[in-house]
Amino acid sequence: MEKEKNHILKEVTNSEYKWGFVTDIEMDTATVGLTEDTVRFISAKKNEPEFLLEYRLKAYKKWLEMEQPQWAHLKIPIINYQDIIYYAAPKKKKELSSLDEVDPALLETFKKLGISLDEQKKLSGVAVDAVIDSVSVKTTFTETLSKQGIIFCSFSDAVQNHPDLVKQYMGSVVPYGDNYFAALNSAVFSDGSFCYIPKGVRCPVELSTYFRINAANTGQFERTLIIADEGAYVSYMEGCTAPQRDENQLHAAIVEIVAMKDAEVKYSTVQNWYPGDKNGLGGIFNFVTKRGICKGSNSKISWTQVETGSAITWKYPSCILLGDHSVGEFYSVAITNNHQQADTGSKMIHLGKNTKSTIISKGISAGFSNNSYRGLVKIAKNATNSRNYSQCDSLLMGDKCGAHTWPYIKAENSSSIIEHEATTSKISEDQLFYCQQRGISTESAIGLIVNGYAKEVLNKLPMEFAVEAQKLLSISLEGSVG
Amino acid sequence: MLLNIKNLHASINGKEILKGVNLEVNKGEVHAIMGPNGTGKSTLASVIAGREVFDITEGEVLYKGKNLLDLPVEARASEGIFLGFQYPVEIPGVSMTNFMRTAVNEQRKYHGLDPLPSGEFLRMMEEKKQMVEITAKLNNRSVNEGFSGGEKKKNEIFQMAMLNPTLSILDETDSGLDIDALRIVANGVNKLRGPENATVVITHYQRLLDYIVPDFVHVLYEGRIVKSGGKELALELESKGYEWIKDSL
Repeated sequence: MEKEKNHILKEVTNSEYKWGFVTDIEMDTATVGLTEDTVRFISAKKNEPEFLLEYRLKAYKKWLEMEQPQWAHLKIPIINYQDIIYYAAPKKKKELSSLDEVDPALLETFKKLGISLDEQKKLSGVAVDAVIDSVSVKTTFTETLSKQGIIFCSFSDAVQNHPDLVKQYMGSVVPYGDNYFAALNSAVFSDGSFCYIPKGVRCPVELSTYFRINAANTGQFERTLIIADEGAYVSYMEGCTAPQRDENQLHAAIVEIVAMKDAEVKYSTVQNWYPGDKNGLGGIFNFVTKRGICKGSNSKISWTQVETGSAITWKYPSCILLGDHSVGEFYSVAITNNHQQADTGSKMIHLGKNTKSTIISKGISAGFSNNSYRGLVKIAKNATNSRNYSQCDSLLMGDKCGAHTWPYIKAENSSSIIEHEATTSKISEDQLFYCQQRGISTESAIGLIVNGYAKEVLNKLPMEFAVEAQKLLSISLEGSVG
Repeated sequence: MLLNIKNLHASINGKEILKGVNLEVNKGEVHAIMGPNGTGKSTLASVIAGREVFDITEGEVLYKGKNLLDLPVEARASEGIFLGFQYPVEIPGVSMTNFMRTAVNEQRKYHGLDPLPSGEFLRMMEEKKQMVEITAKLNNRSVNEGFSGGEKKKNEIFQMAMLNPTLSILDETDSGLDIDALRIVANGVNKLRGPENATVVITHYQRLLDYIVPDFVHVLYEGRIVKSGGKELALELESKGYEWIKDSL
């Protein structure tokens, strides 16, 4: 049976090759499963240059040799990687020049998600690069941005139009063999966002990307690459929502950030993938590799994340502080409810002198969930006079959930200072009663208290996101008490 | 009758604290409940407000003619019951503005009203702040966090002014107050006094009653109200001490 399937697969892919994937695309979904042919299929489909196909194939081969990591405090069901469709695209008939040409059904979906690609969005100063089922449908603001030399486009477009930049930086922060999921992504990534801010340019708008999983059984393998050249600044926001699904969906993204001398990148995420139902059925598996490198001196990368979704989250946005006096920051709120599991944290690798990092992590666990902080602060021998401050707080709601903290600290010189603070608390009955006595319902009271607890992190988000995130925190904890 | 407590028995962890309390409060009245420590004064306040840790084993509490014990805490609050806490609770990261706006609007929602527009709400905050002579910036401070003892108590009266309750129960509002703060708090309470509302002041010193003059004084002792009278009862207690009550029983 398997043999026959492979045979058919081979025949289909080979025959497709003969036709060279020209315009009239009928097949917009890759066959189920992952083989070298799948990788070639995706690459060919996207009309990629040779170097990228080679990169993908190297990654695929590496992935075959690797095993899914087991060290996280997570119970991961067995994932059958041969049951996943690795590429799906909405049927694309022609190039789109305006919103009118976008499939109304797609626009409707965007509306439901509250993503507006229209004038309102433009007026509010947000450029949006929306990724739906792996292919960018519409990019706004590109022109305005390009006047300043800023490139903000889908990853596929960057591959076509700026292959040199892609070739130079892709994999320079997260190599394809970095970990199991990174290797998988590197082999089969579908699309994502690309951003380049040239020397001395301050990006005038918040750049945002909305990701979404749509077609059933389609894994999503986004790839984001952000490069801030010398003295550049950019604030980048990423938000996720996903509709209810019964079957688990795999999401393995990569985000790479490069900050050159004096550059600053702020990366904010509100992650709200479908977490599964009350009994832990369904939900997204989110295995993400996010890493930035402060390459030049005085550069700064700051990660802010609000994690409320996914059945399983495995994510450690990190900073490599290579340049002297560079700064890395990580601000995180992670909520888990019902049967959600999160193993998340940050890595700060100090290599340059006088480098500084801050980690503020706020975990909130409710229901039967498990919430773990896992972090590494490493100060290398030459990273003299470096500093780290870490604060990891856990808030527990109910007595069936768990909160765990695994901070790893490695200091190789004696002139650096590392501070670590951790607290675990419960929402007190007294606080709840105090709110309720003022007429505030239990759920609103929890929302208030939790938002207060997470305020330090929420304050780091861009305004628009902060409001959304506050609502999300309350919604995520609905029904968690009483 | 606004509040009618009949033969109320309440216990915590199997230990009976209230052993048959009877109390009637009408609109326009101020009642003082006095008594030594540990006789159930705060328990009585908590039970009226609806704190769940207490088990009501016997008796009933009617409020505006309805069974109060059936209502959840927040509904009691929206129905006009306010508890001034002996130990106001800190809520880190939640600004007073946000806290009060949520409270005011949730109570409005309970009564089928739309949320108060922001401008109007902030004006109201300013006005009520002046009433309780809060001069310091309050709006952006977290609820009770880093407040001095006096500030916390003033903040309770401020919230009372904001929520305009029908029945206020002030649980040892005078504890930990210096004489100036005491006067300010009492002034606030007096300003809020009216023919449509009632106040129950819980204290064990007569001092507060120099400022908030009660219509009735009750002595709570070992879970029962053992003596009731006019304001002169407080003075008598002050001079004779609680031993006098014990002995007369």
